[in-house]
Amino acid sequence: MHLQSILLKNGRIIDPVNGLDLVGNFLIHNRKCAEINPASLPEGIREIDITGKWLVPGLIDIHVHLREPGEEYKETIESGANAAAAGGFTAVACMPNTKPVLDTAQMIKAVLEKAQDASCRVYPVGALSAHSKGNALSDMGDMYAAGAVAFTDDGRPVDDSQLMRRAMEYAGHYGVPIISHSEEMSLSRHGSMNEGSMSTRMGIIGIPRAAEEIMVYRDLALAGLTGQHLHLAHISTKESVSLIRRAKANGCPVTAETAPHYFSLTEKAIGTYDTYAKMNPPLRTDKDVEAIKRGLEDGTLDLIASDHAPHSDMEKLLEFDRAANGIIGLETSLSLALQLVQKKTISETRLVELMSVNPAKVLGLAGGTLAADAQADVTVIDPIRQYTYERGSIVSTSKNSPFIGWKLTGKAVLTIVGGRITYEDL
Amino acid sequence: MDASYRFNHKHILSIDDFSPDDLSFIIQTAESLKEISTRSIKKVPTLRGKTIINLFFEPSTRTRLSFEIAAKRMSADTFNISASTSSATKGETLIDTAKNLEAMRPDAIIIRHASSGAPHMLTRYISSSVINAGDGTHQHPSQALLDLMTVKEKKGQIKGLKVAIVGDITHSRVAHSNILGFTKMGADVHVSGPRTMLPVGIERMGATIHRSVAEAVSGADVVMGLRIQKERQQQDPLLPSLREYATIFGINAAMVRLASPDALIMHPGPINRGIEMTAEVADSVQSVILEQVTNGVAIRMALLYLVLGGD
Repeated sequence: MHLQSILLKNGRIIDPVNGLDLVGNFLIHNRKCAEINPASLPEGIREIDITGKWLVPGLIDIHVHLREPGEEYKETIESGANAAAAGGFTAVACMPNTKPVLDTAQMIKAVLEKAQDASCRVYPVGALSAHSKGNALSDMGDMYAAGAVAFTDDGRPVDDSQLMRRAMEYAGHYGVPIISHSEEMSLSRHGSMNEGSMSTRMGIIGIPRAAEEIMVYRDLALAGLTGQHLHLAHISTKESVSLIRRAKANGCPVTAETAPHYFSLTEKAIGTYDTYAKMNPPLRTDKDVEAIKRGLEDGTLDLIASDHAPHSDMEKLLEFDRAANGIIGLETSLSLALQLVQKKTISETRLVELMSVNPAKVLGLAGGTLAADAQADVTVIDPIRQYTYERGSIVSTSKNSPFIGWKLTGKAVLTIVGGRITYEDL
Repeated sequence: MDASYRFNHKHILSIDDFSPDDLSFIIQTAESLKEISTRSIKKVPTLRGKTIINLFFEPSTRTRLSFEIAAKRMSADTFNISASTSSATKGETLIDTAKNLEAMRPDAIIIRHASSGAPHMLTRYISSSVINAGDGTHQHPSQALLDLMTVKEKKGQIKGLKVAIVGDITHSRVAHSNILGFTKMGADVHVSGPRTMLPVGIERMGATIHRSVAEAVSGADVVMGLRIQKERQQQDPLLPSLREYATIFGINAAMVRLASPDALIMHPGPINRGIEMTAEVADSVQSVILEQVTNGVAIRMALLYLVLGGD
């Protein structure tokens, strides 16, 4: 199929990998990034004026739950990819805790097949243990060959330290990381929010920060022991950030992510038992939020991933302690991250590193660059567009977001995957 | 309370929602209604034609009965739904249950539920008044009010009293409501118990924490024991044994002697005799445990009257 060439005119091109930050015209031709400020143009080209907007390598979210197979009423690969495109993402990595769990090569292939015509690239992450039961290694080699880009039992921790060690070593053979959902369940099992004076006053059993930090430390120790790449998911506490900072200083092969809600909200968002503000790990407090921001700024945290976790109102409109954990995030992630730029916590370049360059690097994916001949995965951001995030405008099948009603500034206005426009709101 | 005071609450959810004036006014109202229960014909027409549903998702004898008697003495029609007979066991959600009850046009729903915040959730889906009869480990406002009423009745006033609460503060909705209620009314609240039962941030609710029970109880005007919930042990190792708890933290006669000589002994019931409180203390002349139960009816009459009687 022939795709029309596109000239994006007068945009601010931010491409950290190639050290570019300039205003210019950007040519996409033959599904590839072709040239900046081309002297001549191909025939039949579409020209789009993006004056005042930023043109960046396509955003990548490496932590999303697409719910297919098994819970298609919450999200499908197709609907999730549409939500991703609307949020400015050109690629996502999907977690294996579907029903059944993605723990065989056939299932990895099935996801890739379903994703072929989706609005973004979909990279499946395979289960770390068979059925994610935490007892035995999954068939990682087969899954790797089928296209799995990492392994995790995300949604639940790997309790058995020896299994975690072996998983790191075994995945290391294929050069892909283990993603850790760091949670000591014996401390968190009955809890529904951060442990502290607010949980006491609300009569909700708390989840202490230590439940996360103990496992962060264990897995850092195992990464040190094995020398294999560990990626820590959804970091939420100040002490976790400190542990990672120290481990990195000591040369530990670790990368780490946080989610927008951990730098945009505190436990106060729960208000009067709002289950749309219930997730795992739970929202913490101001001091944690500050530490998370510091970590994003100084490189301790490598990237932002949404932990997009769709749930229907059947799981969410329940008593607080019975409601499911998790919120959708694909369509708000960029706007919330842009708040950090607006408040000068991070630079524009750092934003692109956190949402495109580093996600690609951590999972070894194509993308994260606007180099000539790179696949044309491009996101155009209007940094000053103001809008209200409304339930009715949500593309995802599920609507469980604590950000509904928020007035936000800055959003994706054009998403291009391999030269094909997947979202347009110019 | 100044002349412009108006009680302005549709729901009774948490002691946190009430001002000291509100609390005084509820108690005052209960004091004036208490006399009805001493008549030979214990019934007034105040709430005639009102429909009140007792929606109890946790087993309860005294609280449910107390609310039902209160409603009937005011001539309201009451209906009891307990978890075993409700649709909850058939998988219906709380919201569906609430909407179905709402469709039958009740005036008030009294709810007890194992999940903290369940009554708050109910208020978002129905238009009738909601009264919290105990939600999870959050609040039990009518219990705190009847405790405040009992103390005021015996001591004349609450301001300036030292109140000691001993036991599982973490999991006690009674303790949470009482800490807020007594503090708002000007008492000085002290808590003690094993460290496993003292939650983080309890001092932010107004309580002073003591490692030693003796220290908490010393000179107290009110000594309140809390029920040790044995079933909690199964999911959380809070104690080595009930025997050790009784020995070190149980309220016994020797401990009561450290309190003020005319200290009141209180307990929300039901008592595990010999565990959180010895039988000797529970049955002593200083014990007002049964007065608490009597005042419970008056307080619940007052709450129903105040949220329903206005129109």
